Amino acid sequence: MFELIFFGMYAFVLLAAAVGVIASRNPVHSAMFLVLAFVTSAVLWLMLEAEFLGIVLVLVYVGAVMVLFLFVVMMLDINSDTLRQGFLTYAPIGIIVAVVAVAQIWSVVWLRDQGLPAAARIEPAAADFSNTAELGAVLYTEYVYPFELAAFVLLLAIVAAIVLTMRKRPNLKQQDISKQVAVKRADRVRIVKMDAERD
Amino acid sequence: MLTLTHYLMLSGALFAIAVAGIFINRKNMILLLMCIELMLLAVNFNFIAFSRFLDDTAGQVFVFFILTVAAAEAAIGLAILVVLFRTRSSINVKDMNSMKG
Repeated sequence: MFELIFFGMYAFVLLAAAVGVIASRNPVHSAMFLVLAFVTSAVLWLMLEAEFLGIVLVLVYVGAVMVLFLFVVMMLDINSDTLRQGFLTYAPIGIIVAVVAVAQIWSVVWLRDQGLPAAARIEPAAADFSNTAELGAVLYTEYVYPFELAAFVLLLAIVAAIVLTMRKRPNLKQQDISKQVAVKRADRVRIVKMDAERD
Repeated sequence: MLTLTHYLMLSGALFAIAVAGIFINRKNMILLLMCIELMLLAVNFNFIAFSRFLDDTAGQVFVFFILTVAAAEAAIGLAILVVLFRTRSSINVKDMNSMKG
């Protein structure tokens, strides 16, 4: 019962935050609502005993991805008025599609739920049970190749983001490594013979 | 009593809100990217709920990989957005018609 009340509270906050994301006038507000949605989801994931992923969601999403979003939103000088043209003309069809989709998903979930053993009560794990250790035990054995592939995807993302956003500017001072390496002593130092002087 | 049904309904509603967001904000690229993030979050919810109620860790491993791919997608999407804004000084989807598609 207590669990259900908690779930209801957080589910309400999550859905309200999602509505805030899509209905805010200002993209910065949308990003902040998305942060709220992620944090609330992390709490719900903790309730599902997925502790590691809940923390990862906060660290990776709120800490990195959303900060990136906010950077981009604030860096670009966006005129949000022109972008919001057609908001009200497309709102009815958007709401209709959403309502139909929700009705379909809920009806299917409702029908399939009857007599499904998965919906039965699940006992909570023991206090000394480590979700992180359990996840690591399969991640580094059974799923080790997908894990390395995921690392490669991240590397690819780094390279792609840098290559896409880097631009050559005409009078930018840059190092030319091959020139630096190929330099000779004679190019840089000149020894001059002269008589000793005194003031 | 909290069952799998509650979580599935919550994630279904979240996904539908994100779909509505794509319809409503169809001009603003940043909002479109945020709606995609919301959709991925709803899918992750399903994975974690099933992982919990079927007592199988595989679902959580999948969520781990989805988070990785989603982070890469966000980084590349935003990089494309920045390049687009530099060349067109607009992020309106309507202005992206140079391919005449």
